[in-house]
Amino acid sequence: MSTLTRSLPLLAALLALVLFPLFGSSFYVGLVTRIIIIAIFAMSLDLLIGYTGLVSFGHAAFFGIGGYALAIAFQDASVIHLWQALPLSLFAAALAALVVGWVSIRTSGIYFIMITLALSQMFFYYFFESPRYGGDDGIFLFLKPVLMVGSEDILNLDHENNFYYFALSCLVLGYLFLVMILQAPFGKVIKAIKVNEHRVRALGYSTNGYKLVSFVIAGTLAGLAGFLEGAHTGYINPAYMSWHESGVCIAIVILGGVGTLYGPIVGAFIIVLLQNFLPEFTEHWQLLLGGIVIAVVLFLPRGATSLLPRIRSLIRMEKSISLSQEEKAKGDADG
Amino acid sequence: MELSFYLVQLLNAVQYGFLLFLVASGLTLLFGIMGIINLAHGSFYMLGSYLAYWLTGVTGNLWLGILLGLPITLMVGYLVERFAISFLYKRDHLYQVLLTFALILIFNELQQILWGSDVHSVAIPSLLAGSFQLTENQSYPVYRLFISAACIAIACGMYWVIQKTRLGMTIRAGASNREMVQALGINVNRLFAFVFSLGVALAGFAGMLAAPVDSVYPGMGENVLIISFVVVVIGGTGSIKGAFVGAMLIGLVSTFGKVLVPEMASVMVYALMAVILLWRPQGLFGRAA
Amino acid sequence: MADAILQIDRVSKSFGGLIATNNITIEFERGQIHAIIGPNGAGKTTLINLLSGDLLPNDGTILFNGRDITHLPPHKISQLGIGRSYQKTNIFAEFTCFENCWVAAQSRINTSMRFFRPASNLKAVEKRTEKALELCGLSLRRDSRASAMSYGEQRQLEIGMMLATEPELLLLDEPLAGMGSEESLQVIELLRRLAEDHTLILIEHDMDAVFSIADQLTVMVNGRILETGTVGQIRSSQAVQEAYLGVDEETA
Repeated sequence: MSTLTRSLPLLAALLALVLFPLFGSSFYVGLVTRIIIIAIFAMSLDLLIGYTGLVSFGHAAFFGIGGYALAIAFQDASVIHLWQALPLSLFAAALAALVVGWVSIRTSGIYFIMITLALSQMFFYYFFESPRYGGDDGIFLFLKPVLMVGSEDILNLDHENNFYYFALSCLVLGYLFLVMILQAPFGKVIKAIKVNEHRVRALGYSTNGYKLVSFVIAGTLAGLAGFLEGAHTGYINPAYMSWHESGVCIAIVILGGVGTLYGPIVGAFIIVLLQNFLPEFTEHWQLLLGGIVIAVVLFLPRGATSLLPRIRSLIRMEKSISLSQEEKAKGDADG
Repeated sequence: MELSFYLVQLLNAVQYGFLLFLVASGLTLLFGIMGIINLAHGSFYMLGSYLAYWLTGVTGNLWLGILLGLPITLMVGYLVERFAISFLYKRDHLYQVLLTFALILIFNELQQILWGSDVHSVAIPSLLAGSFQLTENQSYPVYRLFISAACIAIACGMYWVIQKTRLGMTIRAGASNREMVQALGINVNRLFAFVFSLGVALAGFAGMLAAPVDSVYPGMGENVLIISFVVVVIGGTGSIKGAFVGAMLIGLVSTFGKVLVPEMASVMVYALMAVILLWRPQGLFGRAA
Repeated sequence: MADAILQIDRVSKSFGGLIATNNITIEFERGQIHAIIGPNGAGKTTLINLLSGDLLPNDGTILFNGRDITHLPPHKISQLGIGRSYQKTNIFAEFTCFENCWVAAQSRINTSMRFFRPASNLKAVEKRTEKALELCGLSLRRDSRASAMSYGEQRQLEIGMMLATEPELLLLDEPLAGMGSEESLQVIELLRRLAEDHTLILIEHDMDAVFSIADQLTVMVNGRILETGTVGQIRSSQAVQEAYLGVDEETA
């Protein structure tokens, strides 16, 4: 029963997302597509921050590499086959995560934060200063990936709604994949590492191996998000991997609720919507955004989704109070 | 031309290293003593530059600008410590990163509101406007030498304060063992507020000195911030000596990198850091965890 | 000695200028309970940390079943069959009892880095877990959150986690620390049962407990070994009386 009641809001939210394109205009469908992509990105970071205890401040690098792999390999292609492009992006992001992870995993705490930041800057500057890949202008892509069955493209991603459903499927699959590995032995071990790495090592685990695998999985998922973003906007530039993006991604994870997989999705909705609509109120919207983030850090460190159980328990408390009063009344009546 | 060319580059490298040292030493002390990661530190460098630009414009004199600007940076540092940073001392690094990241957004926006998004420049004071003629076609600006000299003076002053004074002893004790300082009955709140303001003033001063040689522009603090992080990581957190050595190393690598392999210059700095961390994960002068 | 499970040969460790253990040589016999006692700062915990790989010695060698383990990292040492418990309770507070032991048991199945779980594999881990819970006396608490349990139970769980890795040799750092007398008796009983098929090395301050269960005693003072012997020998040793037991009684 408890798993059902817990997954009920999730299923309702999924249903709402599935039905959304039937009612939303194409502008909003595009916006929610972007939110979904950012949600995948943030969810992958939560695997590191929320479950493995690795505060990576360079996660945007893998997002960018996923996009760049697509753009570099196919900028002059006459057709982009999904079955070629997607694995290439995932592989590139995984490889980059393997290298960055291998170097940074041996450090911890503040060093880990700083080294992931600095290594991601290395990728940023590489693309920023390389004229071959467009420098800070980036690369344009004029085609969407296709999945040919016979002579028919069954995805037809040029249609905003189709892209929306494609991204949504990626989100759902990514979510289920993470749920699965977190329930598997691997997930138990990384959660234990987050709590007390020293103890896990004393139990006989080579913890660095687990952290590295977690890092690579997260990097690969971020690469998936970057691939989707590149394909969706048809444009990829170094700003995708700037440390601002990494910072915003951390903000999304915390704002939504660190250590829950649905939290980052909620966080992605909040932040992307704020980024879109705050500028309509004021030119200086970053001031407001900064203020909101500070308020969250100070007053809501477990994120927006932590409000839900609190509200629930409040309701339950009231119920149990009224129950006990009833019982008391009953007892009095009996006596 | 060869030799004097390299001499000029060397002087540039050292001067850049000194500026980095001013910013990074504050950053490393904040971490060593207060256990705080301050992403907004680069914003204080930017603040310094903009104050130099603004106050020099108002007073018509860079020296007056710096004189008026320094108390402002100290005050900003104190206020930021009291109203934001002080809530973070017992919190996870994650929240420190996030809150100080939000501070950057706010500072950037305030800068836009106060000074707009144009690129500005600050005139070199006439007293130091000349340059030394090294060879027929190589010269070196006097002002750059002045920057190095000023930084050396500050570094010596810091060395004296930290090694010889009571306050410095407290700071050193705090950097090597934070809990102990609290156990020794020192007013930690005051110490933290002081160290933070001092770090802010150092970063601001670096920004003021740099304003006449670099332009003053939005977001200028962020490049400095990340390079300063690299300096701190290379040197080892909490170590002033490490910050100095790290700053010089980075100054050399990035200056000569730009000359010798321009397309890889920015990447090299980070590659250097990665190599050093593979060799010594706690940095050159850091204590092993 | 007939059958040594662990041999420590001239092991030294210093921190900066402070010498924590100085030129220590001991052999631990298989199947015995060997207690290490001594005043605070004698270097007992340092010694345990050296044996478990949490610290690396500056000098000397450590042999486990004849194999040199001096420079192995903690997880390798654990894999070889040396388990340890900590002085400060070191459990995963948000996990249940079962999950705590499960993580420990899983470490012995060399396929724990897997993302899909075949039931047969899980069965083996589960059996180990249940067995460890039973041994440490927490079977009834298997689904309780560790953070919600009493201090004594948490200490039992600490031992249970170590047992789930099925070690040959147990390193116990003050298993009775902070326990009431009732709880202490239970843990002493547990240690006795464990001694039937394990070798135990333990640090303990509770002298009555030590004298009642240890086969061998080593007294450490200032990073050195003062004396090693049976309970009777140590009780009657003049040097020990002066250096340690006398002091202890005065302070007590």
